[in-house]
Amino acid sequence: MIFEKVRDIIVEQLGVDPEEVTLDSKFIDDLGADSLDIVELIMALEEEFDMEIPDEDAEKISTVGDVVEYIKAHSKE
Amino acid sequence: MELEGRTALVTGASRGIGRAIAIYLAELGAQVAVNYSSSEQRAIEVVEAIKEKGGRAIAVKADVSNPQEVEAMFEKVLNEFGDLHILVNNAGITRDALLIRMKQEDWDAVLDTNLKGVYNCSKAAAKIMIKKRRGKIINISSVVGVAGNAGQSNYAAAKAGVIGFSKAIARELAPRNIQVNVVAPGFIKTDMTAALPESIRQEMLKQIPLGRYGDPMDVAYVVGFLASDKSQYITGQVIHVDGGMIM
Repeated sequence: MIFEKVRDIIVEQLGVDPEEVTLDSKFIDDLGADSLDIVELIMALEEEFDMEIPDEDAEKISTVGDVVEYIKAHSKE
Repeated sequence: MELEGRTALVTGASRGIGRAIAIYLAELGAQVAVNYSSSEQRAIEVVEAIKEKGGRAIAVKADVSNPQEVEAMFEKVLNEFGDLHILVNNAGITRDALLIRMKQEDWDAVLDTNLKGVYNCSKAAAKIMIKKRRGKIINISSVVGVAGNAGQSNYAAAKAGVIGFSKAIARELAPRNIQVNVVAPGFIKTDMTAALPESIRQEMLKQIPLGRYGDPMDVAYVVGFLASDKSQYITGQVIHVDGGMIM
């Protein structure tokens, strides 16, 4: 469920095909994101999951799986 | 018209250079949000002047140094116009004094409005423009920010800050097709410069190669160009509109 929501946001933000997005996908290497994309993505995730992702945590995120794990651990929902 | 279908927000647009910019952008076809902080009546007059010529405009109150008020202003602009293509950061104040006589509150007030205000508004605009993959941010600096001016250390610091800030965000936002440029007016005939003593005005005149003061429209024309599609390949630049004071 979280993965599907995250995938939809990634598809919307990065303009990639849903099939390209797996838990192992790396944002920069596999999905072609640049630094501004990552910031936009983080902001969209914060909005969707009603949470704050501090910069020091955001820096550690490199794959879609990292995001899903992070949200599972920190989301208020 | 060049700016048909575009929406612009001009801060500090109730008077002087901002007023001229707002009216000119509307003449080019843009819908214009006329920001003001205290001069409500004069802002309404600018809106009326635009409407008389068949344009569309609204007046929006906000102190640009206050992030909450800025957020509310952008919400109002989006509600009214549905989009934002052009931001002109023009709002500025002066609290002149020689350094050793300058009060902390005069320093803070000028930095808050003239520099932090640019940060607040640019940030709010960039969030909208990044999503749309296009936008124009035009920041009004000053010859004083480039050359300095005795008695205006606060104003010079803020206006020089605007230039550095603009170059930094021009680089950040370039990948999203957002152009950020600076216009640095010299001595333009406005209420702000009318407040200067006659002796200083005479002194400044000697420093202007073209030998005359500028008109707010001289600045507005450049802003109109930088807001249009004709300047798509120009970003991070400082355009001097000062009769040749800076060369």
